[in-house]
Amino acid sequence: MEDLDSRAQNALADIDKAATLEALDALRVALLGKSGIVTAALKTLGSLPPEEKKTRGAEVNRVKERLADALAARKAVLEQAELDRRLASETIDISLPGRDGERGGIHPIARALERIAAIFARLGYQRADGPEIEDDWHNFEALNFPPHHPARAMHDTFYFGDGRLLRTHTSPVQIRSMKGRQPPIRIIAPGKVYRSDSDQTHSPMFHQIEGLLVDETSSFADLKGTLAEFIRAFFERDFEMRFRPSYFPFTEPSAEVDIRWETRDGESRWLEVLGCGMVHPNVLANCGIDPERYTGFAFGLGVERFAMLRYGVTDLRAFFENDLRFLKQFA
Amino acid sequence: MKFSENWLRELVDIKADRAQLAHALTMAGLEVEELTPLGESLDGVVVAEIVSAEKHPEADRLKVCKVDAGQGEPLTIVCGAPNARVGIRVPLATVGANLPGGIAIKAAKLRGVESFGMLCSAKELGIDADASGLLELPLDAPVGQPLASYLGLPDASIELKLTPNRPDCLGLVGLAHDVAALFGSRVKAGAQAPVAVASEARRGIRLEAGKDAPRYLGRVVEGIDPAARTPLWLAERLRRAGLRPISAVVDITNYVMLELGQPMHAFDNGKLDGDIVVRHARAGETLKLLDGSEAALDEGFVLIADEQKPLAVAGVMGGFDSRVTDATHDIFFEAAHFAPAAIMGRARKLGLHTDASHRFERGVDPELPRRALERATELLLAIAGGKAGPVLVAENLADLPQPAPVTLRRARLARVLGVDVADAEVARIFTALGMQVETLAEGWRITAPSSRFDIEREEDLVEEVARIFGYDHIPTATPAGALALAAEPEARIGELALREQLAARGYFEAVNLSFVANELLAQWGLAGQGVPLANPLSVDLAVMRPSLLPGLVEALRHNRARQQERVRLFEVARVFAAGNPPIETPSLAIAACGTARAEQWGEPSRALDFFDLKGDLDALLAWGGEPQRWSVHADGLPAWLHPGRGARLARDGATVGYIGALHPQLAKVLDLGPDVHVLELALEPLLARRLPKAQPVARFPSVRRDIAVEVPEGVAWARIGEVVRDSLGTVLQELRLFDRYSGKGVEAGRKSLAMGLILQDASRTLTDDDADRWVRQAIAALEQTCQAKLRG
Repeated sequence: MEDLDSRAQNALADIDKAATLEALDALRVALLGKSGIVTAALKTLGSLPPEEKKTRGAEVNRVKERLADALAARKAVLEQAELDRRLASETIDISLPGRDGERGGIHPIARALERIAAIFARLGYQRADGPEIEDDWHNFEALNFPPHHPARAMHDTFYFGDGRLLRTHTSPVQIRSMKGRQPPIRIIAPGKVYRSDSDQTHSPMFHQIEGLLVDETSSFADLKGTLAEFIRAFFERDFEMRFRPSYFPFTEPSAEVDIRWETRDGESRWLEVLGCGMVHPNVLANCGIDPERYTGFAFGLGVERFAMLRYGVTDLRAFFENDLRFLKQFA
Repeated sequence: MKFSENWLRELVDIKADRAQLAHALTMAGLEVEELTPLGESLDGVVVAEIVSAEKHPEADRLKVCKVDAGQGEPLTIVCGAPNARVGIRVPLATVGANLPGGIAIKAAKLRGVESFGMLCSAKELGIDADASGLLELPLDAPVGQPLASYLGLPDASIELKLTPNRPDCLGLVGLAHDVAALFGSRVKAGAQAPVAVASEARRGIRLEAGKDAPRYLGRVVEGIDPAARTPLWLAERLRRAGLRPISAVVDITNYVMLELGQPMHAFDNGKLDGDIVVRHARAGETLKLLDGSEAALDEGFVLIADEQKPLAVAGVMGGFDSRVTDATHDIFFEAAHFAPAAIMGRARKLGLHTDASHRFERGVDPELPRRALERATELLLAIAGGKAGPVLVAENLADLPQPAPVTLRRARLARVLGVDVADAEVARIFTALGMQVETLAEGWRITAPSSRFDIEREEDLVEEVARIFGYDHIPTATPAGALALAAEPEARIGELALREQLAARGYFEAVNLSFVANELLAQWGLAGQGVPLANPLSVDLAVMRPSLLPGLVEALRHNRARQQERVRLFEVARVFAAGNPPIETPSLAIAACGTARAEQWGEPSRALDFFDLKGDLDALLAWGGEPQRWSVHADGLPAWLHPGRGARLARDGATVGYIGALHPQLAKVLDLGPDVHVLELALEPLLARRLPKAQPVARFPSVRRDIAVEVPEGVAWARIGEVVRDSLGTVLQELRLFDRYSGKGVEAGRKSLAMGLILQDASRTLTDDDADRWVRQAIAALEQTCQAKLRG
């Protein structure tokens, strides 16, 4: 018995010293295997008297359990070490760039335009469209511009040989949207427009958004409320705002809308951002809508202006140069 | 419209300072575009006379002047102005003065000579831009008087950006009426008293232009002093209105135009033959104008003529030969009314825009000519003397605009504005604007003065009330009313989603101008396509583009020239083709160059090729859900595509776009390499999307068999797929190409294609034997139709 105990003590020391899983397994076989010392000790039990067999048997089993526990514990330690080694060898530089991680971007004009259209979509305005090559009737006459009227001179117009022209505003979409249908009408018409003017602050092609609401109750107060809400929603902040009387042949009363804009040097100034007004009765009548029964309001804005204010673009021409160093700022 | 603030204040009481006045004008729809203060900080600047001027002993360009500033002893002033000479009267900034721009005047030694002040130019005083020399004052300017009080300073030049509906404000008296309504005061200028007629000089006037020229007033003034000079006060008012003083007679007509808004003209009476005839020009008639240009006229122009010759283009400009010169003793004044429609566009047709045409095409009060004529005569007699003849009148009253009353309903006013304006306020506003108000049960009947052409219908009155009541006082509300919810088509990909998708795949959106140069189109083989403009800004912007690609590839080149080797751009816009009406097709274009992937560390780099771009296209087509409706074709390519590396794209057999490498010759012309690949596609077919219709998922497992076949190089993969699909029918779930090889081990002129066939039967599990049989069937079909050989 002392023999088994002392051998077990030695075995426990060996288990602790086992450096590899293989060495540990060899120990397990030598201790607990078919010809191991514990098995041998158990085999000697049969020749003992019953009383002694019981006590001796219990002692041998205790030794067996201690050895088994020690083996398992050591195995866990070695396995953990093995795993640690493997993990260490598999470590990568996680700061290396990922594959195909780059993306492009939407043009800032499209970005601002879509943002504006989405705000009005939430208010129930449907998107509408019309041709960029327009006829005089839709671009001017139906909008209450008489031929040769000085208001036309405010629109430097590009013409084609057949008398057609490039639309100078998105307002003709009003006419196309109202023709052949009856109120209630809420439309928003974004698109390219053209004026034959080109310098630092004018591009011969630019983008406008036209809005139109016609129903039985709309008023100038509604127009003011709608645009104030829009400005707040677009810029995500409140602005001091003013509606200034102005003139467009297709609206009356007409207004230009200014917002109080802070410049970089801490000054502030009024900045014109929108034109609007109550739809002129002649325009409604031109579209077959009874101006006595219905009133409406319309507004138009320049998308470039909104994009410049929103994103801090200071040079209009940057929008049309398509320089990637500019475009990448809007990814 | 530019004018002197002091002048306006002389016409109407304004109980407000300059800033408040400017704000009130802007908020009444008379936008102040520019406000320039004049003659600030002129303390210590006085009228002085140069009594002697000697050359400076040490400096050629300087003069040493003795100047009388009314202080007893003449002052010594060193001056460098070229016009400094004895006898002229000029502004002197005395020691201690602080000029605009922060120039403090001190006694100083200039090249050894002591100087006690500075003689000034108009610019140095901040009253005009003229810096060419000393401001020469009239010789009767009182020496020693402070300059500010002498010139009526300080003042401000106010420039309004007037809208075309308010020509009544193109004269200060008209503007004064609006200002009076805004500030609750009254216009001081009243009726014009007629001058005493001192001669019987007459000239006949014949109106022969019908309703285009219904009123023409004239007057002969004889014996004026041709050397008379414009008085300073009048010249200053013109200057502050942006007009250069020219000569007494011309300045007077300009002054009356600014004051009343009535353009006038003065002829040299001695150059006229017989009656004045107001008639339409004849085709081919010409007239040399005041500015020296030759006007080519036609029947659309109204002409002022005499019995022999044309004299002036009505409402635009006078003629050169009948102009007033410094030898003119007898004047013929004209003050007429022309219908706006007879003047609109005429000046523009002659390449002109004059103060007269600006006013007449917007409309001038038909009642103004007499008042203007009397006013001009009054001024002329006072300034240049002479004897006035009687006022000569020719008019067709029936052709003059008749002011008609307009009714404004109280209920309509409230409905359009969304606010109730008190009755008393409405009446006050109209009265203050010079309108006659008659109260009705339902509202008001308003008669506008003859100057207010723009008041024609009820909405015009609504606007007047709103404008003077103040837009700021109208509340804000939220529109109520019926709202129809529009159905969004699900079977269409949104344009924004498409843009986002392309951005996610690495492309940047570009926006190019819609116009391109013919020359660029010619390089692309697209000459004559697109729609040419009649009045382009330049040859570079002459044609509405027939394709987005020429412009987009230019943008790619722009970036290449700026160290951007790898460029991915797309654009969504319309392309144009001739037609009646012209055809506008919304399109998508892509241009890409550089390496296939952004520079990276993990894999070998390679140049972008056809299949990179095609992969992007495939992804878009897969999104639509019906890639089988699309096909690529090697024939029918445009000139700008590489004939062997380009494809025509069709949906349901109809051509809708192209994809491929740029033609090497075009790439060479554009100085680009073989890596530039492009795509252009009509947007609508691309955005069409299948609405999903769910099918049950197959219950039986699929089987995969891989085969490799050798076929001639010319056999397209699409053909192989077609044959395999046709021979296997519905049992073929999917066909995947996983290798393509030519070279060693494969006969020259042939290629090896390795593919996986995924087979599945809807009603049972396929056995190995079944699968083998299907594969043999497919191989047999390929052998028969594509000269295929199965590879070991």
